[in-house]
Amino acid sequence: MKVLIAVKRVIDYNVKIRVKADHSDVDLTNVKMAMNPFCEIAVEEAVRLKEKGIATEVVAVSVGPKAAQEQLRTALALGTDRAIHIETDERAESLAVAKLLAKVVDEEQPGLVILGKQAIDTDNNQTGQMLAALTGLPQGTFASEVAVDGDKVNVTREIDGGLQTIALTLPAIVTTDLRLNEPRYAKLPDIMKAKKKPLGVKTPADYGVELASKVSLLKVEAPAERKGGVKVASVDELIDKLKNEAKVL
Amino acid sequence: MIDYQAPLRDMQFILDELAGLGQITDLPRCEDASPDLVAAVLEEASKFASGVLAPINRQGDLQGCRLEGEQVITPDGWQEAYDQFREAGWIGLSLPQEFGGQGLPKLVSTPVWEMWFSTNMAFAMLPQLNVGQTEALMIAANDEQKSTWLHKVVSGEWAATMNLTEPQAGSDLGATRMRAEPTEDGSYRLFGQKIYISYGEHELTSNIVHLVLARLPNAPEGVKGLSLLIVPKFLLDDDGQPAEKNDIRCISIEHKMGIHGSPTCTLSYGDKEGASGYLVGEPHQGLKTMFIMMNDARFNVGVQGVAMGERAYQAALDYAQQRIQGRNIVNGASNQPIISHPDVKRMLVSMRARLMAMRGLLYTAASWFDIANHHADTQVADKHSRYVDLLMPVAKGWCTEVGNDICDEAIQVFGGMGFVEETGVAQLFRDARIMTIYEGTTGIQANDLLGRKILRENGTTLRELLFDIRTTGKALEQVDELRDLATDLDELTTQLHITTDWVLEQDQARIADLYGGATPLLHLMGTVCGGWQLTRMALAAHAKQNAAGEDPDYLAGLISLARFYMATFAPQAYAHARAVRYGGQVLTNFPESAL
Repeated sequence: MKVLIAVKRVIDYNVKIRVKADHSDVDLTNVKMAMNPFCEIAVEEAVRLKEKGIATEVVAVSVGPKAAQEQLRTALALGTDRAIHIETDERAESLAVAKLLAKVVDEEQPGLVILGKQAIDTDNNQTGQMLAALTGLPQGTFASEVAVDGDKVNVTREIDGGLQTIALTLPAIVTTDLRLNEPRYAKLPDIMKAKKKPLGVKTPADYGVELASKVSLLKVEAPAERKGGVKVASVDELIDKLKNEAKVL
Repeated sequence: MIDYQAPLRDMQFILDELAGLGQITDLPRCEDASPDLVAAVLEEASKFASGVLAPINRQGDLQGCRLEGEQVITPDGWQEAYDQFREAGWIGLSLPQEFGGQGLPKLVSTPVWEMWFSTNMAFAMLPQLNVGQTEALMIAANDEQKSTWLHKVVSGEWAATMNLTEPQAGSDLGATRMRAEPTEDGSYRLFGQKIYISYGEHELTSNIVHLVLARLPNAPEGVKGLSLLIVPKFLLDDDGQPAEKNDIRCISIEHKMGIHGSPTCTLSYGDKEGASGYLVGEPHQGLKTMFIMMNDARFNVGVQGVAMGERAYQAALDYAQQRIQGRNIVNGASNQPIISHPDVKRMLVSMRARLMAMRGLLYTAASWFDIANHHADTQVADKHSRYVDLLMPVAKGWCTEVGNDICDEAIQVFGGMGFVEETGVAQLFRDARIMTIYEGTTGIQANDLLGRKILRENGTTLRELLFDIRTTGKALEQVDELRDLATDLDELTTQLHITTDWVLEQDQARIADLYGGATPLLHLMGTVCGGWQLTRMALAAHAKQNAAGEDPDYLAGLISLARFYMATFAPQAYAHARAVRYGGQVLTNFPESAL
């Protein structure tokens, strides 16, 4: 079975996000970039499936600028067999990415597609779901456990009420939650070998997908600074504040 | 304490702009080190350092090692971290491919080792021994010995040690007493005691390969009678697997000021029938081998200087940004973070300036190692080999002294909280304190610099270096905005120039005076070389300032660091120069009875 994984280049989670002075966007100049942590979990899950003998080939796809190849090389160093880079400098929104991935799914015919449930830059949480709709494949989102069983995959999902396990018929789309696995560190010899693994470069035009956005970004603002708290003298005062100041009761 | 974040941008800037990574990649046997690969290696190493080594550093300090019977127990987490480190193949980073390493240039391994030391110096000393031992065996061992031992030392399946010191033989190895007696099968039996053996005993690996300095029967007195032997913890069976326990016992471990996670062992050889060992290289030539690899070992300790300083700086910077205390001196605003106080800012900028000076010097020196080892033109290789020889005592001596100073200053930024152990900077200070002592104290480095590296060759290489520094000064003069730095560098270099002339003019009758000024001379060299590197950095930053995609604030910051260094640290060169010229004679004549 072939496993397809999606990898996104995002701002590193350690970086303190700064907004550009003209509020047009987040400032990415000389900011450290990294693989989206949820995508790391997707890579790890695919590599584990390969180690268990369930997956025969793991293919990573990324949509983004040339530098996104760094993240694909990381995926290759972690055990992915080959990579596809769909190069664009445009802002690729979820739907455009889902359309591109749908084309890749059509071409590659994977048994399983694993994506991060969301990317930590815009936190949209929709590419996987859109991909499922576009391809007509069943989806299991927020996975904390993935068990392939014959022509089915049992996905344990983290939902508000607890855990829900669903059985999907393969091929299927899975999006990863935080507790699915703990990604490994790349080994030095594998980092060296990753350079020689195949990495194909395509453009959105090759797939006939138009990236032009239907969403216009008006303004980006940093969240308001958290204000210091106050100590209340009694439960009554607390209730009063919740009612009259916070207006949540 | 704030999580460690590898200073990847600084590292990359120095690799590219000062140490010439591009040229190193062009050298024979260095082709693998392409820019994208180097970036990937640094990135993955930084994740490993932050994710695996940093989290157990404090535990290692608190728990330390303990001796149970003859067994040394390392701190919790050490075994798991070591297994991960070994499996990830990091030990072989710069080691020969024929024994399973990756053979990357020293220039690439240097920032990686900086990260290991920054995050957990006590731990990183263990794999560092494998690297040192591999280099020693590559120089001196025969093919059979290499194939027996090196694969497992390079992979880290077996650990390694260096056994030099004995109770009466510290800085003076000539006083070594360990005996090695030949047996009929060509091996030797060792008898004696070694002290201060880092990771001399532990259970982290299935075998430990000790490299031991000892005397054969009828060996000449002193340093010319020392031989080098491989003495494994477990003797190998016919399949090359560890089997019978050798006659070596760990009889105690030291209780130390710092690096508690690293067991410092006293090893007793030959309490029964003698410990079996195998001679490496020619008899009585052991110290020569040791000296070839000494440059390397000393360089690595120099890297610890910048590494420990970096960790301390990151902690101090974070604290200064968080800690609210006092009013702004200019506008009177209250509840300000302490970084807004000029004196606290001074400490932070002075830390960063010296860190970048050291990093510039160390990475540039790493590229000299690579050029010396790989350059096709023997003249070029020879020049860089002499540069390495000249500057190793400076890289070791000066960078560790400055590294200590920076850890000290970090505590000052923390104030009372720095003196309290919970914040973690106190551990950095305690751990770092060994750096100016092991692998040759600062005094030993200074003597080496003066005697072997300057006087012995009548200052030839030092004069070449001075010429190179002047060349940087000429380049600065060509840039209007940096002309002030050209003047500063000129004045700074002149101090070293005058002092060099003076040192070389003195006759044998003043030899004691000269050695009395050796440590100030080392500090003078370090101060000048550090300033040189920062001005090179300023030049590179200036050249990039208008390029697309560059961060002008970052580049302007680098130029300001050079100016700050010239204003505050460069003037110390005058003081060091005076101490060299005038301090020694007073010392020589100073009556010991007056002490």
